[in-house]
Amino acid sequence: MSGSLAFVFGLPLAVVVFFFALAAYERRTGVANGGGFFQRNGLAIGLYLVLAVGFWAFFIILLPQLAMVDMSFRPKLPPSQMGGPKDLYTLENYRYFLFGSTTSTAEWNWLHIKAFFLTIGVSIIITLINFAICYPLAFHMAQSATAARLRVLLLLLILPYWVNEILRAFAFRVLLSSGGIINQMLMGSGLTSEPIDFLGADVGLYMGLSYAYLLMMIFPLYNAIESLDKNQVEAARDLGAPWWHIHAFIVLPHAKPGIASGCTLVFMLTAGALAAPLVLGGPRTLWFTPIVYDRFYQAFNWPQGAAYAFILLVSCIIFVLVVLKAFRLSLGEITR
Amino acid sequence: MNPGPFQRVMFALYTVVFFLYLLGPLAVMAVSAFNTPQYPQVWPIEGVTLDWFSALFADQDMMTGLKMSLWIGLLVVCISVPIGLAGAIIMTQIQPRVRSLYYLVVVSPVLTPGIIIGISTVVFWRQFTGQTGTRFLYDGVVLTVLGQASFISAYCMLIILARLQRFDRSQEEAALDLGASYPQVFRHILLPFLKPALASAAVLAFLSSFENYNTTTFAILSDKTLTTVLAGRVRQGSTPAISALAVVIVAVTVIGAIAYEIYKRRSDAAAAARQRAALEAEEAELAGAPAAAMG
Repeated sequence: MSGSLAFVFGLPLAVVVFFFALAAYERRTGVANGGGFFQRNGLAIGLYLVLAVGFWAFFIILLPQLAMVDMSFRPKLPPSQMGGPKDLYTLENYRYFLFGSTTSTAEWNWLHIKAFFLTIGVSIIITLINFAICYPLAFHMAQSATAARLRVLLLLLILPYWVNEILRAFAFRVLLSSGGIINQMLMGSGLTSEPIDFLGADVGLYMGLSYAYLLMMIFPLYNAIESLDKNQVEAARDLGAPWWHIHAFIVLPHAKPGIASGCTLVFMLTAGALAAPLVLGGPRTLWFTPIVYDRFYQAFNWPQGAAYAFILLVSCIIFVLVVLKAFRLSLGEITR
Repeated sequence: MNPGPFQRVMFALYTVVFFLYLLGPLAVMAVSAFNTPQYPQVWPIEGVTLDWFSALFADQDMMTGLKMSLWIGLLVVCISVPIGLAGAIIMTQIQPRVRSLYYLVVVSPVLTPGIIIGISTVVFWRQFTGQTGTRFLYDGVVLTVLGQASFISAYCMLIILARLQRFDRSQEEAALDLGASYPQVFRHILLPFLKPALASAAVLAFLSSFENYNTTTFAILSDKTLTTVLAGRVRQGSTPAISALAVVIVAVTVIGAIAYEIYKRRSDAAAAARQRAALEAEEAELAGAPAAAMG
């Protein structure tokens, strides 16, 4: 226990010392131009900058993540035994994800594994669909809309996102429930005689998830396409390129970093979404985040929940990095 | 840029469908808030009523949750905007070789799923407060503010950074040459320049905090915010009172957006008038100058 306390305070200290050493080194070798950091900002403001960013980076971002990873490798123990002789590092929580409870007879923990792969797979599909839905509008906004039109479009786009996620998901429930307006229209037009169970078939969940993060796709796309010189499109058109050539060989390559950052955002947010699955998912719905939630608040097994959360995070990051690599993009390019 | 009539029609159709998808669900929900049946129903309209709004305001849990959400939102603004400002300033000053690492660390919360941020915040502060004897800090409000601050500070930083990159360093140098101290430069040159970005960062921070669910549901512990109360209500069953809440939120937002637009136009017009006046004064001076020189 005291070991981890030393770690908590020691790590930030080590990093601060490292930065000071780096600064001293740079000053001696003459790489840095101008004075030191405190000379440039003055003592009071320099301190504010270092403390604010230090607190943020370590106490709000890094240490909590490390604490979660650390906990995921520990057994579930009552508080009195924490730090005691039984508190050893273990892979038990990860084993559970793959093979399930030790008393179960099944070979694999199919329920959780299936939910995991379904979550990843559906998130990929939703990301691609959102890209297809948003691309034409983003292109129009960036290349041909007038300023006044653009303002109206932006306002209309942003408006639904001030309503919180739970209410947006609830709107789909009102829309798609068996007595909802869609089913009434379908039955009224004689297409079906029975109401279709959209929510039970998870149609509502997938629509709600796609809807939830549309904005995260359209803005990076818009920003990327906007920086393309209109003359390039014009020139290609004058030279007789058909419209799909213009998109495939001029706009898309130019907008690649924006497409990548939009897709990354939507994929990560969809895979980690909790509100839509809770509101729109039926009792038989398989989605990974509610399982993580239940590890904490139904099973009260925090280390296992931490392990599940870590599995989700790492798989998503690895997936995103692999895809970026395949498209020859670096992380630095997409965050710009 | 001459799309044919066919393409025009297709695009118009697409735009209509897109915005129908975007706004349709909310419009349908809004209608159900005024309809009389117990279950949110759009058609047939059996009678127009405002009962669901009074049911909403009579809901004690919802109102306590609302107060809690407003309070947390304000605290998040007070923490995230200064952190975002510091983060942006450091970004412009840090050595290039550590910049990408720094960027990765501080932008990572934007990409991390909200529930993971919530979980890690709770896990860390439970251990930390337990070991340092500061158990009173292990509190739903504190943890929610800290959890939300992780990614909302990053939003603020990105907004402020975008404006900071257009800052002309020679202004700062001029002030220093004229004998200003560093705190004076910060207070009288940098902050006024960043004011619009700070204001939009504050608005965005408040709204992101107010509507957040994924992080809050873990970090809030035994307390309740508006979104967590709402999630509980929605899971129990649908009532038109929930639709009524959405109507209230949309109405407040639209009124806010319109007020902002009017304010913006007025201040733009005022700025344009000032600029015109200055140009005229300059022209008059220039026209007068040769005469003065000749005389």
